[in-house]
Amino acid sequence: MIEISGVSYRIGGARILDGINLTLPKGGISALIGPNGAGKSTLLSLIARLMPHQTGTITVDNLVVGACPNNTFARKLAILPQASDAAPLLSVRELVGFGRYPYHKGRPSAEDHAKVERALATFGLTDLAARRLDTLSGGQRQRAQVAMTYAQDTDYILLDEPLNNLDIAASRSLMRVLRDLAASQGRTIVIVLHDINYAAAYADLIVAMKGGRIVATGTPDDIVTEAVVREVFETDPKIHRIDGKVIIEV
Amino acid sequence: MICLALVLTLVLLCITSLFVGVADLSPAAILSDPAALDLIWTSRGPRTVAVVITGGALAVSGTIMQMIVRNRFVEPMTAGTGQGAALGILLVTLFTPSLPILMKMALATTVALATSTVFLFIVNRLPPTQPMLVPLVGLIYGGIIGAGVLFVAYQADLLQYIDIWMNGEFSGVLQGRYELLWIAAGVAALSYLAADQFAIIGMGRTASVNLGLNYTQVVVVGLLSISVVTALTVVTVGMIPFVGLVVPNIVSRLSGDNLRATLPMTAVSGAALVLASDIVGRLIRYPFEIAVGSVFGVLGAAVFLWLLYAPRRHA
Amino acid sequence: MLAVLLMACMAGYLTLGARGNWDFVLPFRGNKLVALVIVAVAISTATVLFQTITHNRILTPAIMGFDALYVLILTVQIYALGAQEYVRLSQSGQFIANVVLMLIAALALFGTLLSKTRNDLMRMVLTGIIIAVLLRAVTGFLQRVIDPSEYAVVQVASFARFARIEVELLAVAAVMTCSALAVTWRMRHRLDVLALGETAAINLGETPKRSMFQILVVIAVLVSVSTALVGPMGFLGLLVVSLAHLVTPTASHATLLLSAALISALTLVGGQFVLERVLGMSTPLIVVIDVIGGVVFLILLLKRKYR
Repeated sequence: MIEISGVSYRIGGARILDGINLTLPKGGISALIGPNGAGKSTLLSLIARLMPHQTGTITVDNLVVGACPNNTFARKLAILPQASDAAPLLSVRELVGFGRYPYHKGRPSAEDHAKVERALATFGLTDLAARRLDTLSGGQRQRAQVAMTYAQDTDYILLDEPLNNLDIAASRSLMRVLRDLAASQGRTIVIVLHDINYAAAYADLIVAMKGGRIVATGTPDDIVTEAVVREVFETDPKIHRIDGKVIIEV
Repeated sequence: MICLALVLTLVLLCITSLFVGVADLSPAAILSDPAALDLIWTSRGPRTVAVVITGGALAVSGTIMQMIVRNRFVEPMTAGTGQGAALGILLVTLFTPSLPILMKMALATTVALATSTVFLFIVNRLPPTQPMLVPLVGLIYGGIIGAGVLFVAYQADLLQYIDIWMNGEFSGVLQGRYELLWIAAGVAALSYLAADQFAIIGMGRTASVNLGLNYTQVVVVGLLSISVVTALTVVTVGMIPFVGLVVPNIVSRLSGDNLRATLPMTAVSGAALVLASDIVGRLIRYPFEIAVGSVFGVLGAAVFLWLLYAPRRHA
Repeated sequence: MLAVLLMACMAGYLTLGARGNWDFVLPFRGNKLVALVIVAVAISTATVLFQTITHNRILTPAIMGFDALYVLILTVQIYALGAQEYVRLSQSGQFIANVVLMLIAALALFGTLLSKTRNDLMRMVLTGIIIAVLLRAVTGFLQRVIDPSEYAVVQVASFARFARIEVELLAVAAVMTCSALAVTWRMRHRLDVLALGETAAINLGETPKRSMFQILVVIAVLVSVSTALVGPMGFLGLLVVSLAHLVTPTASHATLLLSAALISALTLVGGQFVLERVLGMSTPLIVVIDVIGGVVFLILLLKRKYR
């Protein structure tokens, strides 16, 4: 369970987050949605201690973010940041291998190697494993990053707009893998999405943010309504329900 | 207003300069003592004139170079022109020591022109989105040529000259030893005629062509003027870094970029600043002298750092 | 392969062109050789470390003015104490005091610079170069303020010179370099992770800020040692690490540190050997290295290989 209480964040004079109180349950997929500048990525970065927090506290299970040792935390929670600045000199296998670093500190065991191979297989990267990252397409590189995050083998996985570089086939397959991870292995996945349709289709819980505050929290059925979308995004699309699924007109 | 203040400062500095030095000299002595007058005529006077010309001409050259390269953080002494001039004069000294001095100067100027042209070619290949890259490349480029000069000097056993050319100082200036600088003064004054053209090429090639300017011609004239001034300075008094960088930046911050209005101001400020540094250098470890290049190196580098981080007011 | 080449150069350096008593020549040249190797490895390692924490391929401690800082500290001491007083201090004591001062100054100056300008590489590089120019200018200024006799003391201490190596310092220098290298070697996996970038490193449980300061300390020690032994080394670091990237294109610091160290030692020992014994040139090696290194730097900039 991720518990966020009283978290605010300012950059210079600008208020990015304003008194966030939020509890994300263990297990399942939680999606953060909202317009650009709503503070979704900042919130995710704060949970993943990528930025020093200013006010409020965040705990992940019983670990207090910022207070617990960095390496312990790295085995509890992994994040896939938005623009990843990975060194292009690495091969895919080497990159994914870094996901095991919190466990082996540079001396991988047989088990670590096995987990890397499993991660490569899960994301269909076995054939590309020896290729250097700078020879891959944006989508393939993104998949390698996700595989690295997966190899980190944490209870919590945070992803910041992972679908950005992906086409529809890759997007769907990534979301399916994530849902499968949540369902079969009990992982907790928190994901920032800007396409509400994906959130509606795959998330168990949707958190809608705007202007540094949380506007609404609930299941897709509760959140993806014309009223909420109008309030959050300030636009007026029609919302259809087909076979029990929610689809937003674009 | 500012102009008047600047000119007054310069005049005051000039008078001070005449009466600061190892030999005691009081203003009253000029009237009574023929030796004092002689001292002024052969040493203090020429020195003051040389400093004023050098400071003014270098500041003007800096402005022109910044217009040509379209970057505020470059100047001839640190971007290859000065080192090119040193290389040229070194080669001349090495291979054709018997040439008349004007021919030597012409050859040194040619090499300086060549190195500045190469720098311009390199700069034109740099991405315009990275303005910091230009001064960076300039400094390294100047450094390479400087190291090349050092290499030749070591091989030819001419190291003692290098110190003279690479570090500007005015203590050697006497009547009969600085007159070449008048050419630099003339060239700097002539470039004022083209002030508008330089201002326009500072807006870029498209704007220049659009306004009916022969872009290449103006660039060539500009480079030529910079090279002559730089080569003459290097040979007569040695390199003084950062004058061409600090002065134009300060003037442009105070009074904008209309060169026709600001170029005289730049020249006067450059002269005043270098003269002030020279006087400081004469006083700080009296009776020894500290080279103006050393004084200005500290001052210039500090101001450069400040310029890098101080936001421009109107931006 | 590199190691073999290095051995050959060392042997050549030790024996070729020697006349007279072997008992004299071997220890004399041996000392010089040890000093050259220490300097070479210190410089290459410091450069690799520096490029890792700044995430680029063009910056080196020398370009950012680390060695200029060391010379300035030396000059300020002579200025404050007077040359006679300074010379009377024991060499090793002097040296250790310098290293401590260097650590403090480097952390204050470059620690601030690196954390303030992280996002603008070009501004960081330019600032570093200008700081180096400023440090050198202040040094030059102070040297001229100091008496001509004292000036000579500083001059001895501020130029890259292989002819007169401070042999008395060799033992202290070797101990300090070896401990710095040991620390670096133990960090090699952490360095791999740090090279992935700040977010990735935090995500994998590292602490980039703290590591940056630890690494700055190691760099300051290494630069102090090499500067104290032979003086500022200019573009050597950039040159050899760029070569190492070419010869061993890898992100693994274990490999990179080794190959850079070998290439560096090869460049110094081999270059010195060729220049001194084969070509019989009077130019110091550092001048040649500066020309070649400067050109490499320009090429890296123009080809935009700075990340």
